[in-house]
Amino acid sequence: MKVMVTVKRVIDPYVKARVKSDGTGVETANVKMTMNPFCEIAVEQAVRMKEAGVVTEIVAVSIGVPQCQETLRTAMAMGADRGILVETDAEVQPLAVAKLLRKIVEKENPKLVIMGKQAIDDDSNQCGQTLAALLNWPQSAFTSKIEINGDSAEVTREIDGGLEKLTLKLPAVMTTDLRLNEPRYVTLPNIMKAKKKPLEVIKPDALGVDITPRLKTLKVQEPPKRSAGVKVADVQELVAKLKNEARVI
Amino acid sequence: MATLVIAEHDNNNLKPGVTNAIAAAANMGGEVVVLVAGQQCAGAAQAAAKVEGVKKVLLADAPHYAGGLAENLAALVVSIADQYTHIVAPATGFGKNFMPRVAALLDVQQVSDISAVESPDTFVRPIYAGNALATVQSSDRIKVVTVRTTAFDPAGAAASPAPVENLAATPDSGLAQFKGQELSKSERPELAAARIIVSGGRGMGSADNFKILEALADKLGAAVGASRAAVDSGFVPNDYQVGQTGKIVAPELYIAVGISGAIQHLAGMKDSKVIVAINKDPEAPIFAVADYWLVEDLFKAVPELTKTL
Repeated sequence: MKVMVTVKRVIDPYVKARVKSDGTGVETANVKMTMNPFCEIAVEQAVRMKEAGVVTEIVAVSIGVPQCQETLRTAMAMGADRGILVETDAEVQPLAVAKLLRKIVEKENPKLVIMGKQAIDDDSNQCGQTLAALLNWPQSAFTSKIEINGDSAEVTREIDGGLEKLTLKLPAVMTTDLRLNEPRYVTLPNIMKAKKKPLEVIKPDALGVDITPRLKTLKVQEPPKRSAGVKVADVQELVAKLKNEARVI
Repeated sequence: MATLVIAEHDNNNLKPGVTNAIAAAANMGGEVVVLVAGQQCAGAAQAAAKVEGVKKVLLADAPHYAGGLAENLAALVVSIADQYTHIVAPATGFGKNFMPRVAALLDVQQVSDISAVESPDTFVRPIYAGNALATVQSSDRIKVVTVRTTAFDPAGAAASPAPVENLAATPDSGLAQFKGQELSKSERPELAAARIIVSGGRGMGSADNFKILEALADKLGAAVGASRAAVDSGFVPNDYQVGQTGKIVAPELYIAVGISGAIQHLAGMKDSKVIVAINKDPEAPIFAVADYWLVEDLFKAVPELTKTL
């Protein structure tokens, strides 16, 4: 079966995001960029399913600036067979992302789409569920285990109180949580191999999707800072402060 | 003008955070109507009727709403969506799961995880793990919004209960089947509702060592949480995770033990009223957000703290 995975280029999660001084957004110029960690888990899952003989082809899709080709090359170095970039410099909000992905799904006909549960820049946590609804497919958000049985899938997903099990009719959309797998490191030979894999670039217009943003960002600000705390010498002092100063115990 | 709030519940009661979402909804301009969907969940509907600011409760009771399957729940919400200007749910695992489906079916760009309501169409939401706050204005005809529950005080009790009306069920989509849940059992309070949380990180070293945190938690009547590192290491189950991609909490007292303070963890707890950090590394980034910090070996400090309290 064919699987589609999606990969987003984001600010490296270990870099602290800085708000631009004019309040229009977050500084992305000259900042280290990487593949969104949850998308890495999605790619890893597809590759493991291919290694297990369940999956025959993996198509990786990204949406955004030309540099997203690097993110797609990383996905291909991990094991994706080919890449598709929907190239645009414009802001693409989650609903528009899902609409673009729907068009690619209709063209590629995958039996499964695996996506990260959330991009760690915008933190919207929407795209997978949105795409599933647009396609009228079932979904498994925050997935920690996937088992394919012919035309259905048994999944386990992380919920607030523990775990939940579902049976989904395929085709379906699944989004990844942290415990699904641990992504591999890409090796140099695989990076070289990935350079030769096919990468198609298309424009949003060619897919007939209107990507005009529905949300207008009025301003972006730094959150209020916590005032500096105090170091306590020992447990006795800590307990005294919590009782008499903070009055929380 | 009316706002529909979709309630998360356990059939008998509302889950923590729903009354906070109702309070947020009350700021969006219209009357608040609450939808309770599930199987044999009349008790939860009665509970919703007793929340301040609720004008009416809609009860949709059918077997295929058990477990809150996103496909069926979204279809139900969409069937009545045209009567509302706003559709609201808590940004918990429950709301995050089905609300984007509602938005997609209505051709609306959802506004996720809002921390403030500026006006009926303008909201503040944290982005980049809470390192920035974006103020966004929606141009969609219906606003589909999930609420960061810790950012709003809960609505109180109503003087007299609101009426409960039955709502016709929409058909079962047949796309997904609910097979069951494995819920962590604990006598301690839920993370989302706890007044005090004791959290452990990689520094705890093992699942067994979490017992010393549990002893401290029991002394304080606290919930136990964890950093991603502790969950990934298998010390505790996934539902303990506090952070950007886990649970967002804001208790009165948060005690971080053996947690270094990665950006992703801070995102989930830095709005706590009082933060205590215990770590043997004097350079641990967690100290930057702590009100009180103690540089000491946790295996000495935690049992001593439990004994002193």
